[in-house]
Amino acid sequence: MTKVSMTVNGKARSAEVPDNTLLVDYIRENLRLTGTHVGCDTSQCGACVVHVDGQAVKACTMLAVSAQGSDITTIEGVAASKNELHPMQLAFKENHGLQCGFCTPGMIMTATDMVERYKAAGKELDEQSIREELEGNICRCTGYHNIVKSIADGASKMNA
Amino acid sequence: MSEGIGTRVLRKEDKRFLTGKGRYTDDIVEPNQAYAAFVRSPHAHAEINGIDKSAALAMEGVVDVLDGHQLTGDEIGNIICGWGITSKDGTPMNMGAWSALATAKVRYVGDAVCVVIADTKAQAQAAAEAVDVDYNVLPAVSNVLASMADGAPQIHENAPGNQIFDWEIGLKDETDAALAGAAHTTTMDITNNRLSPNPMEPRSAVATYNEAEDHYTLYTTSQNPHVARLVLSAFYNVAPEHKLRVIAPDVGGGFGAKIYIYPEEITCLWASMKTERSIKWTSTRSEAFLTDAHGRDHVSTATMGFDANNKIVGFKVNTKANLGGYMSLFSSSVPTYLYATLLSGQYNIPAVYADVQTYYTNTVPVDAYRGAGRPEASYLVERMMETAARELGVDPGELRRANFVQEFPHQTPVIMAYDSGDFAGNLDQAKAAADVAGFEGRKAEAARRGKLRGLGYSNYIEACGIAPSAAVGSLGAGVGLWESAEVRVNPVGTIEILTGSHSHGQGHETTFAQLVSDRFDLPTDNIQIVHGDTDKVQFGMGTYGSRSGAVGMSAISKALDKVEAKVKKIAAHVLEASEDDIVIEGGEVKVKGTDKAMGWHEVGLSAYTAHNLPEGMEPGLKEGAFYDPTNFTFPAGCYICEVEVDPKTGVTEIVQFTASDDFGTIINPMIVEGQVHGGIAQGIGQALLEHAVYDDDGQLLSGSYMDYTMPRADDLPFYNVNHHSTECPGNPLGMKGCGEAGAIGSPPAVINAITSAIGNNNLSMPATPAKVWAAINEVSAAQAAE
Repeated sequence: MTKVSMTVNGKARSAEVPDNTLLVDYIRENLRLTGTHVGCDTSQCGACVVHVDGQAVKACTMLAVSAQGSDITTIEGVAASKNELHPMQLAFKENHGLQCGFCTPGMIMTATDMVERYKAAGKELDEQSIREELEGNICRCTGYHNIVKSIADGASKMNA
Repeated sequence: MSEGIGTRVLRKEDKRFLTGKGRYTDDIVEPNQAYAAFVRSPHAHAEINGIDKSAALAMEGVVDVLDGHQLTGDEIGNIICGWGITSKDGTPMNMGAWSALATAKVRYVGDAVCVVIADTKAQAQAAAEAVDVDYNVLPAVSNVLASMADGAPQIHENAPGNQIFDWEIGLKDETDAALAGAAHTTTMDITNNRLSPNPMEPRSAVATYNEAEDHYTLYTTSQNPHVARLVLSAFYNVAPEHKLRVIAPDVGGGFGAKIYIYPEEITCLWASMKTERSIKWTSTRSEAFLTDAHGRDHVSTATMGFDANNKIVGFKVNTKANLGGYMSLFSSSVPTYLYATLLSGQYNIPAVYADVQTYYTNTVPVDAYRGAGRPEASYLVERMMETAARELGVDPGELRRANFVQEFPHQTPVIMAYDSGDFAGNLDQAKAAADVAGFEGRKAEAARRGKLRGLGYSNYIEACGIAPSAAVGSLGAGVGLWESAEVRVNPVGTIEILTGSHSHGQGHETTFAQLVSDRFDLPTDNIQIVHGDTDKVQFGMGTYGSRSGAVGMSAISKALDKVEAKVKKIAAHVLEASEDDIVIEGGEVKVKGTDKAMGWHEVGLSAYTAHNLPEGMEPGLKEGAFYDPTNFTFPAGCYICEVEVDPKTGVTEIVQFTASDDFGTIINPMIVEGQVHGGIAQGIGQALLEHAVYDDDGQLLSGSYMDYTMPRADDLPFYNVNHHSTECPGNPLGMKGCGEAGAIGSPPAVINAITSAIGNNNLSMPATPAKVWAAINEVSAAQAAE
C-alpha cells in the first residue's frame, strides 16, 4: 500500500492504495467519479481518457502512484460550473454526438485536448485531422459522423 | 407545437452522459459488496475430471469458490433457447443442456466452470487463477463444415452429427421447376462472416439477496429486464418473479448482445444467496470477446433464375448456420424466421425455397446481432442481384427496378406480407443523391490517379416491429411480442410514461416524450420517461428488432387515447360542454369556438381532488395499454456505396455512402439519422474490417481490440442519409423502425462496389486489403495468361 495525493477537479485528494492500482480504478473506485469508464483491457478504446497535468491520458495505462502530485481533470470537472456545459459538451449535445453515452466522456476529454494541442501548434483542426486524432477512441453507436461534426463545432466554440 | 412529431428535438438524456453522471451497472455499489471472478475453460472441448479449489480458498479475501455441481444441486435450471424450431421431418430441434457453470463437460473457450467470490476484484481474479481444473481435452470443431463432417467430435449427446435442426420454408417443387425452365441462372457460394457485437459497455451484474425479505435485486446490462426476470424465474428457478427485481439502468449499447440472460447473471444471483453478500461482476473486454453471443456465421449456396425478360422466376437457397456450443435464447429464430422470410427481398418472385441446417460447434453461442438474420438475407439477395446484372449485361439498378414489388399488400412465398413501400422511389432518390449519372466521369478521373473506382447498390428490405404474438407463437416463439405502456398524469399536470421498452442509446427519453408533447401540446420538459426497472414498469418485452417505435410507441399512443378521452370527459363536465367540442392545445383544455377553458394542470388537479367529476367516474388520471402488433413492419431502402481501391495496396476507401430509407413516420429526424449512421458503420465494419475468427482447435484468435478490427473514425466516411417514406398501415403512428436498417442494407453495397471496381466478383467479407489485393492480382494473372 502506498499513499497517493493528487489534485482532482481542483480538489486535493489522497488515499492509501495497493501499488498496482490503476489510475482509472483509483478514480472510479476510490474517488467514486464514475464518469470515467473502462471499455477494454488493452488500452485501445479510450473510454477512460482523463487529463493529467493538462494532457489527455488513458487512465488505464497509468498507475495511481505514478500520478502522485499530478493535477487531474475528469469529465466531472471540465465544465466551468455545475450549471453550464463546457463548449465541447454543448457541441456534442447540439450535434447529437452521443447515443449510449459510454464512450462520450473519453471522447470529450480527447476532443478538448485535441483542440488545445492544435491551437498551441497553430495548426488547423480539419475533419480529416479529427478522424485521425480519434484513432484511440472507439464508438460503436454513432458511426463517428456526428462525433466528427461535434468536435469541429466544439473547436469553433472553444476558440470563439 | 415545436417539439412534436417530426421535430429535431435535442436529447433530454444527454446532460447526464455529457457530464459523467450516467449511471451504468458497474457504477452501482451495494453495502457488503463482494466481487465475482469466473474460472473459464481454456479448452474448446473437454471433460472435467475434477476441480481443486483448496489453494484458491486459502487466499486472502476469498469468500467462497462455487462450482456447477453446487449450482445444479440447488436446482438452478439449464439455460434455454426460447424459440422452438421443427425440422423438415417433424422432429423438434436438438437442444443440448447448458448449465450456467459447467459440470461434466466444457464446450467452448470461455465456458464458465467455477466462480470465485472475494472481497476485492483483484483478490477474486487472483484466486480464480489458483483454481485447478483437471481437464480431459477432446478434439474440437470451430466451423459448420468441420462440425457436419463424418467422424466429427460430438458436442451434445442428443444432437447426432452435431445437427440442431434441418428446416425448410417456401415452395420447393415450384422453385426447382422454375429454375429448370429459366433462361438464365446465377449461382453463388456466399459466406456471412462471424462478428463480435462489442457494445462499448461490457456486460455487468450486481446481485443482492436479502435474506430477511427472501428477495433478490439484480442490476444488469440488459435490453429487456422484464424478460430477464421472467426467464430467471420461470426457467432458471433463481427466485419467483415477485421476489426478484431486475433493474437495467443506463446501458452502454446493446446491439443484441444484451438481450440474453447469460451464465454470469444467474450465477451472481445464486452466489449472493449462497454467500450472503452482494456480488458484482463486470466483464473485461477479453471476457466479452469470449462470452458475449456472436453474430452471423452463415455458409450458403444460392441460385436465382430469370426469364428472357430478366424477370426473376425462382430463388433457391441452402444455408448452414453455426450456433456455437449451446443454443442461446433466440439463436434458433435468427437463421430461420428472421432470415429466410426475407429472401424475397424487394422483388416479385413467384417461387422461393430455402432450407437451413444448423450445427453446434466448439465456439461461443451465436445469436441475434444488429439485424439478426436480415443482414444475412439482404447480403445474399443483393449480392445475387448485382452479380446477375453483371452476367446479364444490364444496369444493376434497372434489373432491380424491373423486379420490384409495386402493389401492396404483397404476399411473398416465404410468409411475409409486405404492407407498404415505394422501392422505385427510394432507388430514384438514392441515385439522384449519389449522382450516379456522374459516376463514369469520377471513375475516369480516379483512373488517372491510379485508383479503381466502383459503385454498388443494395436495395434492402427487412421485417421488424416484431411482431403479432399469435403469429410468432405459431412459429415457435416462447413469448408474446406485444409492448405495454402506462401514462400517469400527475395532479400538477406533469406526465410520466412507463414503458416496457428499454433505451440503451436510442434516445427514447426524447422521442417518447415528443409523442406525448405532440398529443397534448405540452413541453417535453414536463414529460418523464420511466423504463428499465421491473418494480416500476409492470411488464414489457424490451428493445431489439427495431420494435420500440412501431410497438412500444404504439402502446403509449393507445394509453394516450384513453387519457385523452378521460381528460375530455372531465373538461366537458366542468365546462358544461359536449365532449366532442373539447380541444387540447397550448397548455389548455378548451371548448372549441368559445373562450371557455381550463388549464391542463387544472384538469389533472380535478381528476385527483375528485370534487367535481362526472357521475360514476373514478378519480385519478392514469391509463395503461398493451399493444400487440398487427403485422411485421417493413423498413426498406436503397443504399449506394462508391469506393476507390488502391491496386498497389488493396486498401479500399469509401468515398461516398448514400442512403434512401423508408421508415414510415419519423418522430425525431436527428435521432433517426444517428441510428442510420451507426448501423451503416457496423455494416461497413462487417464488409471491410470485422471478423471473429477461431482456429481449428476452437481458440479465439480475435479476442481483443488489437486483433478484432473495430471501425475507427478514419475508416469511415460521412454518410449521405435521405428519407423517402410511405406510411406503415399496420400501427397507429405509421412507423416502421430504423434501428437496424443501416447494418442490414450496407454490407452488400460495399462489396458490390469493390467487386465492381476491381473486376473480380470472388471476394468475401471482410474485404481486407490483403484479400482485395489478392483478388486484383487474380484478375491480372488471368489476363496475363490469356
